[in-house]
Amino acid sequence: MGVFGKIIGALKKTKDNISSKLSALFAKNKLGDDFYDELEEILISADISVTTAEDIIDQIRAEAKAEKLKDKEFVIDLLKDVIEDTLCEAETPEIQYPAVIMLVGVNGVGKTTTIGKLANYFVREKKSVTVAAADTFRAAAADQLSVWADRAKVRIVKHEEGSDPSAVVFDAISSAKAKKTDVVIVDTAGRLHVKANLMEELKKMNRVVERDYPEAHFYKFLVLDATTGQNAMSQARIFDEAVELDGIVLTKLDGTAKGGFVVSLCGELKIPVVFVGTGEKLDDLQLFDAEEFTEGII
Amino acid sequence: MALFSSLSERLNHIFSKLTKHGKLTELEIKGAMREVRIALLEADVNIFVAKKFIADVSEKAVGQEILKSLNPTQQVIKIVNEELCALMGSTNAKLEVADRPPTVIMMCGLQGAGKTTLCGKLAVLLKKQGKKPLLVAGDIYRPAAINQLQVVGGKAGAEVFEKGTQNPVKTAKQGIEYARSMGYDTVIIDTAGRLHIDDALMQELENIKNEVHPNEILLTVDSMTGQDAVNVAETFNKRLDVTGVILTKLDGDTRGGACLSIKAVTGKPIKFIGVGEKLTDLEPFYPDRMASRILGMGDVLSLIEKAQEAVSEEQAKKLEKKMRDASFTLEDYLDQFESLKKMGGAAQVLGMMPGMSKLKIKESDFDEKRMERMKAIILSMTRKEREKPEIINSSRKKRIAAGSGTNVQDINQLLKQFDQTKQMMKQFKNGKRLPFMR
Repeated sequence: MGVFGKIIGALKKTKDNISSKLSALFAKNKLGDDFYDELEEILISADISVTTAEDIIDQIRAEAKAEKLKDKEFVIDLLKDVIEDTLCEAETPEIQYPAVIMLVGVNGVGKTTTIGKLANYFVREKKSVTVAAADTFRAAAADQLSVWADRAKVRIVKHEEGSDPSAVVFDAISSAKAKKTDVVIVDTAGRLHVKANLMEELKKMNRVVERDYPEAHFYKFLVLDATTGQNAMSQARIFDEAVELDGIVLTKLDGTAKGGFVVSLCGELKIPVVFVGTGEKLDDLQLFDAEEFTEGII
Repeated sequence: MALFSSLSERLNHIFSKLTKHGKLTELEIKGAMREVRIALLEADVNIFVAKKFIADVSEKAVGQEILKSLNPTQQVIKIVNEELCALMGSTNAKLEVADRPPTVIMMCGLQGAGKTTLCGKLAVLLKKQGKKPLLVAGDIYRPAAINQLQVVGGKAGAEVFEKGTQNPVKTAKQGIEYARSMGYDTVIIDTAGRLHIDDALMQELENIKNEVHPNEILLTVDSMTGQDAVNVAETFNKRLDVTGVILTKLDGDTRGGACLSIKAVTGKPIKFIGVGEKLTDLEPFYPDRMASRILGMGDVLSLIEKAQEAVSEEQAKKLEKKMRDASFTLEDYLDQFESLKKMGGAAQVLGMMPGMSKLKIKESDFDEKRMERMKAIILSMTRKEREKPEIINSSRKKRIAAGSGTNVQDINQLLKQFDQTKQMMKQFKNGKRLPFMR
């Protein structure tokens, strides 16, 4: 299965969903407000935010004439255009080396697993990688990351559980500088974005990288679980305020969830999706492709 | 006003044209329910669940009399809230206990829902109840999952039974045998997170279930879950017939509408909620709190509740008559203080009252201490003085001041304020809607 095949495959369940709903909607053959209401519902059922769904509907309203609306293909094409354009509103960063990539996010979204897969991704790109186990809070998080580091065959820097995560980051970048490592990937403890003290801790780690490794290109990616609903916006907004996000990694796209909130993320917050996770194996991580994603979701 | 969330504001807008009391009409309900629908969707309630809910509530709401003490917005919110609570069931934080120990509790859920942490929390809770729990490590897939359970178990002061990466069905069975021989009365089986569409792994859970016959099968769900919650809950329930649900990560800012979806598709009780990273951060589930969270209403709902309790329909009518007759006395004034106190008394309460929000209310006029002082003053008056404040002369004032531990200025101020209140009430005469009085 090709790289894109995986994303489409992962989104196939979504695809069946939305297109079948659209067909049902057109079968009713009634236009007007009810039509737009139901179209909006279809979008929301993919976890696209209410605000974004309303925007999309407005755009379609503006462009579509009542007559043309009878044509399902016309509406679908219009939807695709609008969604894809929205997804492209945020520019994807190109990774330059030496790079430090820090993954942040709430608990249980799949940060540690993603780091394993990311490490593997860079190894395949023929880059040297060090992972920093800066989740010193969750029980056995460093052990979990060690297993992934072994699988991806990369170096790991870790401290005792409960130690200062910034110190782990400091050690990892010191060692990366000495060994001229291309990429340092930093795992961080899952934290709910509403916890101010934990967000401060994150900012401190941020400062350590900026201060002690200024020559590195520093990327901060928010890991979001595709199963999440409207709260994804709140997570993105607050993490962005704390550390200025460079992108999103969308995980667990192999379930039945749609992850439609990324449309809102790109549109409203201008944060691009960089990678998508589609499974628990080492190579279940792909670069995000707006066209493929749209194709899959509609 | 932060107290009023967007739903309340939107409803107010819809009802702004409605000036009279009366019954809620179909048209008004239709408009209001559109807003309720958006509120539910923004809270992640599944779209089909939301639609069904709206249809049911609309039917109930049309033709309902608007209570004297509420405005139409509050009336609609009240109906919606009651229905939400009813749908989410009652508080049920009890865990089944086996006739013959050990009681077996099996966890299940998607990856990252918070099962392992929850195992530790349940162990702490059970220990508090005097039980002896054993944790069984059934997650053989995620790297270091067993280590994690051991650390969590250590913190909870509960032993962890593990057999490495051997088949979890076997481990579960052996764990129960071990518990029996060691005198543990409760066994909590941690299982690997899995996608509900992963047939092989779902089969594994069925196998564990058939092998150990758990007393409780608890589905753990991240409260931030979106529209997909129905698919997840439905599949897990269909395959395992779960006995209850635990919602995790409610210490975030999610509105938690997934809860409603899960309840709607499974019909199973939500037993606990996880509200923090500490092992003691596990609470029983309260449907009323969850309802206001989903609606994003915060304390507004409880204020509505309290307003209803504090002012009976009868009281309100009596007061209304008094105001029309301008026979409002200091005695009634005292009653109002009492009601206000029952409601937790604050300026924001006044702001919620229909017709009152537009009046300028100084917060300082209603601070608690002042209210207590004013109460003391009125209580130090004779019955006659309360009926006819105009007879209060300076010697009476001195006596009242001494009796209430205040001074004459305070008495003057109270009398002045009482006068103003009476003036204010006159404004509501001539068929205008009466303010909601206490």
